[in-house]
Amino acid sequence: MSSQQSNRVATIVINIMVAFVVLILIFLLGDILITGLPHVTLHLLTSPSQSFAAGGGIRDQLFNSFYLLVLTLLISFPLSLGAAIYLAEYAANNWLTSLIRTSIEVLSSLPSVVVGLFGYLLFVIQFKFGFSILSGAIALTFFNLPLLIRSIEGSLHAVPRSQHEAGISLGLSNWKTIKGIILPAALPGILTGIILSAGRVFGEAAALIYTAGESAPIVSYTNWNPLDSNSFLNPMRPAETLAVHIWKLNTEGVTPDAVSISAGASAVLVIVLLIFNLSARAIGNHLYQKGSGHK
Amino acid sequence: MDLKSPSKATNEDRRGRIITYSCIGIIIVLVVSILYFIASRGLATFIQNHVNVFRFLTGTQWNPSLLDSHGQPEVGALPMITTSFLVTILAAIVATPFAFAVAIYMVEIAPKRGTKLLQPVMELLVGIPSVVYGFIGLTVIVPIVRHIFGGTGVGILAGTLVLFVMILPTVTSLSVDALTAVPMYLRSASLALGATRWQTIRKVILRAAMPRLLTAIIFGMARAFGEALAVQMVIGNAALMPTSLVSPTSTLTSQLTTEVGNTVMGTIQNNALWSLALILLLMSLVFNLLVHFIGKRGEIK
Amino acid sequence: MENNNIFAKTHLVTPQEPPAITTDNLQVYYGDNHAMHDASLSFPEHQITALIGASGSGKSTYLRSLNRMNDDLATVKGKIMYHGIDINASDVNVYEIRRHIGMVFQLPNPFAKSIRENLTFALKAYGIKKKSELDERVETSLKEAALWDEVKDNLNRSALSLSGGQAQRLCIARSLAIKPDVLLLDEPASALDPISTAKIEATLLKLVKKYTIIIVTHNMQQASRISKYTAFFHLGHVLEFDTTSHIFQEPQVPVTRDYVLGNFG
Repeated sequence: MSSQQSNRVATIVINIMVAFVVLILIFLLGDILITGLPHVTLHLLTSPSQSFAAGGGIRDQLFNSFYLLVLTLLISFPLSLGAAIYLAEYAANNWLTSLIRTSIEVLSSLPSVVVGLFGYLLFVIQFKFGFSILSGAIALTFFNLPLLIRSIEGSLHAVPRSQHEAGISLGLSNWKTIKGIILPAALPGILTGIILSAGRVFGEAAALIYTAGESAPIVSYTNWNPLDSNSFLNPMRPAETLAVHIWKLNTEGVTPDAVSISAGASAVLVIVLLIFNLSARAIGNHLYQKGSGHK
Repeated sequence: MDLKSPSKATNEDRRGRIITYSCIGIIIVLVVSILYFIASRGLATFIQNHVNVFRFLTGTQWNPSLLDSHGQPEVGALPMITTSFLVTILAAIVATPFAFAVAIYMVEIAPKRGTKLLQPVMELLVGIPSVVYGFIGLTVIVPIVRHIFGGTGVGILAGTLVLFVMILPTVTSLSVDALTAVPMYLRSASLALGATRWQTIRKVILRAAMPRLLTAIIFGMARAFGEALAVQMVIGNAALMPTSLVSPTSTLTSQLTTEVGNTVMGTIQNNALWSLALILLLMSLVFNLLVHFIGKRGEIK
Repeated sequence: MENNNIFAKTHLVTPQEPPAITTDNLQVYYGDNHAMHDASLSFPEHQITALIGASGSGKSTYLRSLNRMNDDLATVKGKIMYHGIDINASDVNVYEIRRHIGMVFQLPNPFAKSIRENLTFALKAYGIKKKSELDERVETSLKEAALWDEVKDNLNRSALSLSGGQAQRLCIARSLAIKPDVLLLDEPASALDPISTAKIEATLLKLVKKYTIIIVTHNMQQASRISKYTAFFHLGHVLEFDTTSHIFQEPQVPVTRDYVLGNFG
């Protein structure tokens, strides 16, 4: 085969493989939405789940997923922000910094089930939090930290160094410059990072099975006192999320309509994630336009 | 003129340092405590229950509540270790050509159209949660495998196919970075010498990007090795040595997720599971080290 | 070695006027790289002094040392005397120093905020809260920087919408708003068109009545147009310091002569 021919063949093969990958995605999304959407009814979204009978919904799981996400971000965002500022602005170029960076990398490469088991060991058992939203949020924080730190640090680095110089040349402290000038300028990038990480947190299940638990007790959505055990805001109650629910339905196999509920729940999960993804992209594009609008 | 006394700015800076240093401190404490807790629980099997490490790693019978012929608990982790490595390696073997093809398409063949189309494809593939992959594996892939090969349909083949799609975006996006990092002049030089595009890609670009491409594969393998639920839903969860690609078996992660809830803290059954978690932890460190090692070698070249 | 000999012949005068800042044996190191050798200069009050020299001559490095902007990047040894205090000492408050010795950079770097906020951000940080005082400072500093007429109707506009020349004058105004004593400018017009450059030069000539100005430039016409004194930097050494007219008309050091005649650089 001449080199021209092999060039043509290689190009065709690559095109076919690319098309195949695109088809996989189309098939996946199509399967999720086509088999799932017919089951996404008002009934599904507003009824409590059933273990042994058909006709259950995902109301509590859906709420739990969002509540857990909010709590996780409340814990992980400030920590990641502080750590990212340290790495971007304060860290010297020495062994300590590279040790810190390695630790964060190790954290990011830990399987989420290991992170979940650690949360189980330390928070559920040792600290006696029990299976609770709080234990789950802390476990998800570990899992979320490296991702958030990396994206926030990237956004901080994307702010030109000259902004920092302008700030300190006015006699402002480093901290004031970072808080008042660098952070606002990095905000769109940071937001995009938060939303993308929120998508990961929202779909995560392995780290939650043994921390937030696999049960969704009936809670009162009118009790706004987070200290009450039946309040929907109580962080110490067990809280099965949507992703965990899908897993449980499919592994325990005691719910008669497990397949149709999982299909509906998967569609809901994927739609929420699509919304996260699109809004992150919109913010990113907005940032890009703003960035190219001036020198 | 007072230029020496501390001012508001001095205090602000001290506060900033205290805040950021504390955040980083908390994170370090966290990483250390994860390593410490998993290690101490995972080693209990060998220290408290006196299980022989070698027999743990090579034994093929997993029955922690029974004693074997040596009077030791039957905790042979080899089935899980084998299956974990098999699904990981097979998934990487299937995913790599596709990932490279997509990366080559995005960087070398159709940079504009390719990126516009395939970037979102990869982001969506990453975004789909692992339970959804597991669910689709269970409702689509397992029946197909069952139809073709008979049996239950669960096992290494189904696990591999699910993991293939899951690690594809990881390997692809890192491969794209690897190819993008190849300097432009290498391309122009090769093309100027009359090489075709494919010759340039194969002999110049892939070779120059090789260390980083390897890193991309290792990251994908790390993801496959640590993935729990999607695999757990299609692997069969029987702690048996795999006899074929379609026999029910169990990975380290699937055994953990399935069994931890059924055991009591401090018993050998529980400790043995923590030892599996320790293997997972050590493997993720090994993957990390490999990436560093290859990164260093790549730089020297 | 011949290369070392060129540093042996120097010609440094001490101006008659009272100094605003003097440096005594200032040395700058980037790691092992000795970027600035023994710079001892005296900058007269309410005058413009230009620092000239080729790229890499150390003039910007030297300028940035004067208000401790090099703290994180380099080691600076020697003394910088300002109002009788060595402001290069480790026990001085660098934030206070920078309030007295302001700086404008080569590329305009307005904050991604409104024009007004660009000027008031630092003032608010110092604790100035009164709206009337902030308004007064905004107006005064914009007038001093000759930008007031162009922006007075729309102070809430984003500073990023300004043209390059306007942005640089905003940066000058931003430095002036904090009422410094000395203004350091690091090639402030090198990225601007000739009209903007002329506006900036005219602004500086007005400002010098109130401020001491030290400006780095590689534009020799600019130095000769606006400065009273000029220092010539070469490969990390100050070779000549004298009135600008002497430097350009009868330079004493051969390297300076080659440079001002355009023989290199």
